[in-house]
Amino acid sequence: MSHQMEALALLNAKRRWRVWEIALWLVAIAAIFLLPSQLLILTEIVILALFAVSLDLILGYAGIVSLGHTAFFGLGAYAAGILARDYVTEPVTGLLFAGLVSGLFGLATSFLVLRGSDLTRLMTTFGVAMLLAEVGNQAAWLTGGADGLSGMSMGPILGLFEFDLWGRTGYVYCLVVLIALTYIARRIVNSPFGLSLMAIKRNPRRAAMLGISPKRRIVVVYAISAAYAGMAGALLAQTTNFVSPDVLAFHRSADVLLVLVIGGAGYLYGGIFGAIIFTLLRDWLSVATPQYWMFWIGLILVAIVMIGRERLTGWPALLAARLKGKTEEAAK
Amino acid sequence: MLTILFDGIAYGMLLFVLACGLSITLGLMNFVNLAHGAFAMAGGYVTVILMNRYGVSFYLCLPAAFVATALIGAALEVTLYRRLYRASHLDQVLFSIGLVFMAIAAADYFMGGQQQLINLPDELRGRFDVFGIGIGRSRLFVIVICAILAVALQLALTRTRFGSQLRAAVDDGRVARGLGINVSTIFVLTFALGSGLAGLGGALGADMLGLDPNFPLKFLIYFMIVVTVGGTSSITGPFIAALLLGIADVAGKYYLPQAGAFIIYAVMILVLILRPNGLFTREGGR
Repeated sequence: MSHQMEALALLNAKRRWRVWEIALWLVAIAAIFLLPSQLLILTEIVILALFAVSLDLILGYAGIVSLGHTAFFGLGAYAAGILARDYVTEPVTGLLFAGLVSGLFGLATSFLVLRGSDLTRLMTTFGVAMLLAEVGNQAAWLTGGADGLSGMSMGPILGLFEFDLWGRTGYVYCLVVLIALTYIARRIVNSPFGLSLMAIKRNPRRAAMLGISPKRRIVVVYAISAAYAGMAGALLAQTTNFVSPDVLAFHRSADVLLVLVIGGAGYLYGGIFGAIIFTLLRDWLSVATPQYWMFWIGLILVAIVMIGRERLTGWPALLAARLKGKTEEAAK
Repeated sequence: MLTILFDGIAYGMLLFVLACGLSITLGLMNFVNLAHGAFAMAGGYVTVILMNRYGVSFYLCLPAAFVATALIGAALEVTLYRRLYRASHLDQVLFSIGLVFMAIAAADYFMGGQQQLINLPDELRGRFDVFGIGIGRSRLFVIVICAILAVALQLALTRTRFGSQLRAAVDDGRVARGLGINVSTIFVLTFALGSGLAGLGGALGADMLGLDPNFPLKFLIYFMIVVTVGGTSSITGPFIAALLLGIADVAGKYYLPQAGAFIIYAVMILVLILRPNGLFTREGGR
């Protein structure tokens, strides 16, 4: 009984909104008015953030290392793009459709990550992404092949809000989706289900002995994460009116891993902070060294690993501990 | 038909030489080294520079490529890789992806993004017919070299003192150290050997596979297939896997060009579903 109370108290404590969370969203909303000329890059950040949040669900919470997460992102982008080109131009329908398609694909491929070691998972996720890239490339009648998918024009969102030239509607649309989905993800990870996922990540065998079925939970979270990634892809397709075969390229899977590593995995907001840092960094690097920015991104990756991820991403916790220690000292 | 088989064998042999270093680091040392292709690329570029800028003979370039990449590999092992043997797989993945990105950008910076061409010596050009099978001379050369290497490797791993020390060091580093085996030296040497072989493969394959800055990513999937499908317990597994992959890929490109690389990815995923530890494994290995 007391254990239950403890668990409930833990969940309740985790569920509470922090000041910085609210501040972050307020800043993001304020950006609509404060940075009207930067909305395109902000939109890019929001989409990348959503993609990273989806990876965090499986990497940070279930401990699955995926080298091919872009498979779902690309699939969602193509699904939304094709739907918009041939059938329905209303974005929200496309968004849900893309989420559904990617989620189902995630569900179908989830059994691949259940078996084997980390290495097998790396290979199968990587292989699935390569396979999809190959399909996207070959099925030119459907996807436009190497030229990309173009020729769609999005209708107004819910029939009310027209996309404008400056990307304002696009940004607001993406931001609303990000906020809504992060809120749902927050509810998911701070539920008993989320707790059980973390137990599985720590020690699957022990979790299984406690009566938590790892397989079912991993399948569920993998499908949710795939749906999230698909919706991120759909946002990209809808705001740019174009799907390039690049959405399925390997470097995207690597980028999103890097984003999550910069921001720190396992608390959802890592993806958002990482996306902000990564996009600004890449933007700055690609202006400074147009052709060779990849080198610096690589160097950053190596440096992060060498210094140690925990030391880098643990700084908010460290800072909090420091401050707490100081205030306690002061209290004495 | 038999010509395709022959080309496939040459291709598979080449893949084996390229990937066998990875099968050691990844399989035996349990390090996910996605940067393996970068070493192969380095070997290829060493050859291109030596041949096209300094006019060194192709035959001398091959050992030079081996030595150069082995030295690079050893240097990286001592400075960077060594610290990560115990790190999580995620760290190793991130680290090696970082290395790949750096290698690609560096190759682009120094050599330009275009496809590099090398001029093979005259006696390796053209093809001759044996019983109606068209045999490319350069491919025959590749097959001979790779076959010698494969046999030599197999013997080195199973019959020599170094081979048994390596296996001991990999199976249980602590006990091996207790028995007086210098584990870190063995690892450096092994890593250097693996990178050197990749470099040699890159040099041999510069003509057949092509060489441009994207080489490490383009062939990464092939290396990984060879290693994961072949299993990691011996040299034979990857060897057979490489041959099968080479033949399947060449035949697939010839007979079903529209399917592209689709078939081999599908086969790989299928194998991994059915046999998560590869086709040829020993029980109880890790």
